[in-house]
Amino acid sequence: MSTRLAEGGIYLDRSEKRTFTFNGKRLSGFAGDTLASALLANDQMLVGRSFKYHRPRGIVASGAEEPNGLVNMGKFGTFEPNQRVTTTELFDGLQAESQNHWPSLEFDVGAINAKLSKFLPAGFYYKMFIHPRSFWKHVYEPFIRKSAGLGKAPKSRDEDTYEHFHMHVDVLVVGAGVAGLTSALVAGRAGLRVLLVEQTSRCGGRALIDGGQIDGLDVADWVGQTWGELNAMPNVTVRTRTMGAGVYDHGYVICYERPGDHQPDADGPRHRLWNVRAHQVITATGAIERPLSFAGNDIPGVMLASAVRDYLTGFGVSVGDRVVVATNNDDAYRTAITLHKAGLVVTVLDARPEGAGDAGLRADELGIPVHKGRGIAKVHGGKRVTSVDVCSQAGEGAVLESIECDAVAMSGGWSPVVHLWSHCGGKLNWDEEHAMFRPDPARPPLGANGEGFVVPAGAANGALLHHDVVHDAWAAACTTVDTLGAKVSGKAPEPSDESTKPMTPVWMMPQGAKRVLREKAWLDYQNDVKVSDVQLAAREGYESVEHTKRYTTLGMATDQGKLSNINGLATLSGELNKPIPEVGTTTFRPPYTPISLASITGVAKGDLFQPVRKTPMHDWHVAHDADFEPVGQWRRPYAFVRDGESVHDAVMREVKNTRQALGLLDASTLGKLIVKGPDAGKFLDMMYTNMMSTLPIGKCRYGLMCSENGFLSDDGVVARISEDEWLCHTTTGGADRIHAHMEDWLQCEWWDWKVYVTNVTEQYAQVAVVGPNARKVLEKLGGMDVSKETLPFMQWADGEIGGFKVRVYRISFSGELSYEIAVDAGHGLAFWEALLEAGEEFGVMPYGTECLHIMRAEKGFIMIGDETDGTIIPQDLNLNWALSKKKDDYLGKRAHEREFMADPNRWKLVGLETLDGSVIPDGAYAVAEGDNANGQRNTEGRVTSTYHSPTLDRGIAMGLVLHGPKRMGEILTFPKVDGGEVKAKIVDPVFYDKDGEKQNV
Amino acid sequence: MLTLQCPYCGVDADETELSPGGEAHLKRFGPGSTDEEFEDYLFARQNPKGVHFERWRHAYGCGKWFLAARCTMTLEVFGTYSAQTTEPPQTIKDAITAKRPGWTWGTLS
Amino acid sequence: MSEPVTELGGKVVEGWVTVRDAGLCGMITLRGDLESKAVKDICKKVTGVAFPKPLSAGADGRSGLCWMSPDEMLVMVPYADVQMALSDIHSALQGTHYAAENVSDARSVMFLEGAGAREVVAKLAPVDLHPDHFKVGDFRRSRLGQVAAAFWMRDEETFEIVCFRSVGDYCFSLLSASAEAGPVSVF
Repeated sequence: MSTRLAEGGIYLDRSEKRTFTFNGKRLSGFAGDTLASALLANDQMLVGRSFKYHRPRGIVASGAEEPNGLVNMGKFGTFEPNQRVTTTELFDGLQAESQNHWPSLEFDVGAINAKLSKFLPAGFYYKMFIHPRSFWKHVYEPFIRKSAGLGKAPKSRDEDTYEHFHMHVDVLVVGAGVAGLTSALVAGRAGLRVLLVEQTSRCGGRALIDGGQIDGLDVADWVGQTWGELNAMPNVTVRTRTMGAGVYDHGYVICYERPGDHQPDADGPRHRLWNVRAHQVITATGAIERPLSFAGNDIPGVMLASAVRDYLTGFGVSVGDRVVVATNNDDAYRTAITLHKAGLVVTVLDARPEGAGDAGLRADELGIPVHKGRGIAKVHGGKRVTSVDVCSQAGEGAVLESIECDAVAMSGGWSPVVHLWSHCGGKLNWDEEHAMFRPDPARPPLGANGEGFVVPAGAANGALLHHDVVHDAWAAACTTVDTLGAKVSGKAPEPSDESTKPMTPVWMMPQGAKRVLREKAWLDYQNDVKVSDVQLAAREGYESVEHTKRYTTLGMATDQGKLSNINGLATLSGELNKPIPEVGTTTFRPPYTPISLASITGVAKGDLFQPVRKTPMHDWHVAHDADFEPVGQWRRPYAFVRDGESVHDAVMREVKNTRQALGLLDASTLGKLIVKGPDAGKFLDMMYTNMMSTLPIGKCRYGLMCSENGFLSDDGVVARISEDEWLCHTTTGGADRIHAHMEDWLQCEWWDWKVYVTNVTEQYAQVAVVGPNARKVLEKLGGMDVSKETLPFMQWADGEIGGFKVRVYRISFSGELSYEIAVDAGHGLAFWEALLEAGEEFGVMPYGTECLHIMRAEKGFIMIGDETDGTIIPQDLNLNWALSKKKDDYLGKRAHEREFMADPNRWKLVGLETLDGSVIPDGAYAVAEGDNANGQRNTEGRVTSTYHSPTLDRGIAMGLVLHGPKRMGEILTFPKVDGGEVKAKIVDPVFYDKDGEKQNV
Repeated sequence: MLTLQCPYCGVDADETELSPGGEAHLKRFGPGSTDEEFEDYLFARQNPKGVHFERWRHAYGCGKWFLAARCTMTLEVFGTYSAQTTEPPQTIKDAITAKRPGWTWGTLS
Repeated sequence: MSEPVTELGGKVVEGWVTVRDAGLCGMITLRGDLESKAVKDICKKVTGVAFPKPLSAGADGRSGLCWMSPDEMLVMVPYADVQMALSDIHSALQGTHYAAENVSDARSVMFLEGAGAREVVAKLAPVDLHPDHFKVGDFRRSRLGQVAAAFWMRDEETFEIVCFRSVGDYCFSLLSASAEAGPVSVF
């Protein structure tokens, strides 16, 4: 059994007890524990089930590479699935539940899949779920969905907060092991701005466990001293619990800090995402130990050798009384020695016939049994290791002896963590001697200046031994400091040394393992990919590692193959009989380990999810039950709904009231651009299809804008303010876009034209005062002459109304008598309320955007975004009158001459009147005779706007129809989604007040 | 995620402060141009692997459009410069030549 | 005429870093040749503040000048004085190519106060806010979260932040939420 020893555990504070629950069971640990060490201390070796076969899974590792120990954590608003037990710090009240089993962890029905494993080979899903097609939706998809995913999806809203932080530094050092500390020290002493991040809660890395000396100090003391010195430097920022997650172009690095995970009740954000811009990045990210591929290597109790000694030295946890260490290198001897010194029984199986260097001698001195040239034929056990069959590594797995044990510590060598080096294009070389990929210094990721900006240091650069780590990190930091033009001070730290023997690559144990063993030798624990699966993929023709990965799902689990990729690659290379570098690696993609989605969102959640633009009258609208609709980032009232009304009722009431009495629209969102300068008229003549330079001062003109492609882009009323100044109204969604469009042409094409554009959209609140009583209310408020004579249709004037300083435009988008009145935004609400108060006797009601839409549709006015969709030219909408024939040039003019644009068969705008008075569904198509090449009905038109008109009490619509204007009176058929159809007559699009008498009174 | 220096205000702008504007140095063809010229102007774009010239706007900053010469492969930036020019200044061309001898782009080299 | 109101209505959220509606501010967008003596002189005249260098700002009480772009200055004056300042500008620059518009009501202005103000801004803007790099008087247009904003430091513990009026509420909430989340303890 695994248990907490009476003594030991350098990370622990045994005076601080922590209680937690696992699957509802109340357990305890100490401050300094991870959830993994606390579970092991409570003999909870079994922590989950694998994805495909639901095999029992135990903790394998002690860090970020852990594939198995994933749990659902927390409850309700703090619930989160797939939390790695090895990187979860224990806190009081932690609640964890194991995943991917039913009904319980101990007894899982899904484990039957394991018995069926012969029928679930690599590529099973691809092979199985192709036929018959009709099964996709109702049989396969529900089945796959049910078995997909490990943890549960959260059901409650996340109650924690998150944030971002931006930081610019000279040097970012990722990893605070001995290499990272050395690097940061060099960069810090050189006076550079340094950020040092460490993913765990403490600095020192493996050195705290594995020991050694630097400058004559025990490495733990050196680490403490260095950490202190770094913390004291004003130019150095150090950050634990912060992972270098991804390296991107131009020195952009995402770091993921978890300040709240270990103290959920503390103030402040749970996670913080750092957006770092670094001139140079030093990746001191260490190395990850590789498992060995032998039969039964997935049985709980089989662990990485380094993890076994981490739990023992770091946390005072023994994972078993009797441990077999299987290795192909010297490093795992440390585990054997550590176990032995703790009084546990240990046997070493070294695959190398020659055994180890200094470490071997020490093992001999201690009397640890070491069997050279031996390996594991098979591990026995179910939910826990019971014994190991020993064989000759060179053979096929004949059992030489059996060793009873309750844990296996394995080491297949070490792989440098090259992820951050690789994210942005750093390339790797295969190091034959150490059987690992390591960064190729000649091919680093390149920064903005074309030079490398990432430098690997220490084990991440393939320098695996203590002595080499320190020297490599010193060199890396010196290079970096030099690149940045700073000066290195001080001398290189001097580490202790020991003699080792080379590791021997072992990709299968034993080397000639038969199929029955290979079928039990796991590569990917989480996704259940075995040596035999990769071999099958190779035999079926998958030669590319990227294809094999997807076919077998090797390395595609949440751990992204941190343990399995190299072993899988080597297996594939062996099967294909190609050297490893020729098979290549899969791509390393950020983030290094999964980061929370909420950290990416940062503060942008709830009300801050996205900006909501508010007019000065917004709060009034809210208080008066406006039903809002988004228009760009604005929220505009769709209708003001009264008690007992539906939204539709409200819209109908608003239309009738505005047509019969008086309506008010908050039109503040319309864009307002001031175009000023000696060349402003010339410029606007290029921007608009019609002539603006000739517009007399004091008058308004409706204008169209096209893109250079000829397509309609925006419309609005332009007012001439003075000799050299125009005010251009844009659509609500168009203000910023059209402003940018104008600046583009002024800055990049006609930069010698003297024109300034100023966006004054938000300086003004604008109110449309609309309806037969519009003039009455303004006259009642008084202050300026708004009579037909003084202020006729399509003119504007400055003045005062009700004591407000205003600019009044006599323009109408409804067909009624209408004034659009602009007032400084700071007075907008007061002006709106003054109009409502004064208008009471005239039957005033505010109206929303749907009423606006219906009224304009009744008048046959087009709407950008309804009648246009980026493929519509003015001619399609019978707006030829707005295309100036006098101008030589304007944006879109040349495009309109293109053959396709001049095609008489382009669909054109007409009105549509349903025969039965109903409303045609939005977006419906009119069908024509015959079918097209795809066997679908031919079409001859489509609806662009469709409403119930309360004025006419029937359905009206506008649409684009083939030869439409020439087919007045013809009947079109519009099929409905529900199977029925609507017939509509082609009519003039102006349904209401065809002569425009009402707006011109 | 690029950082480009805005040549107008001098800020080293994060890509999230910028908006892209496609290929630089397009010559406008209007009325009177042939169909081929106009189509080229509207639609034909270079898609080089290597040296490229682009339009960017410092949208969240000073609002100015500027031009950038960079490598589409390595994202190396050779320089940024004023938009009020029909071709890159000699200093930019020299900077590119220093890093990518023999480069060509459209009619430029 | 009514009393004008700001979008933020005098809101204040106090804390480790306080976010405060700066109240009514007179603001004029002046486009023109910033190299010309006429422009420099009138800017100084209406504000009493030295003409700022690129990427900087200066203020004396509610009057100030903020360098917005090579051809744009944000002229700040007391709200009540904006029409007067505007007509001074018009008469001074008459006959030259320029544009001057009152944008007092088009913007929201807020103060961020406290030793941690720098960090609060750094949570939201992709800008190097290290004290060695961004100093009192430096003016920067960038984004805060998802909206455009400009900010500068009036003193070591005060940021003045200007954004569009329609997103004033968003910006204020963004700043106060970021302030409430507490220090990062970097600067």
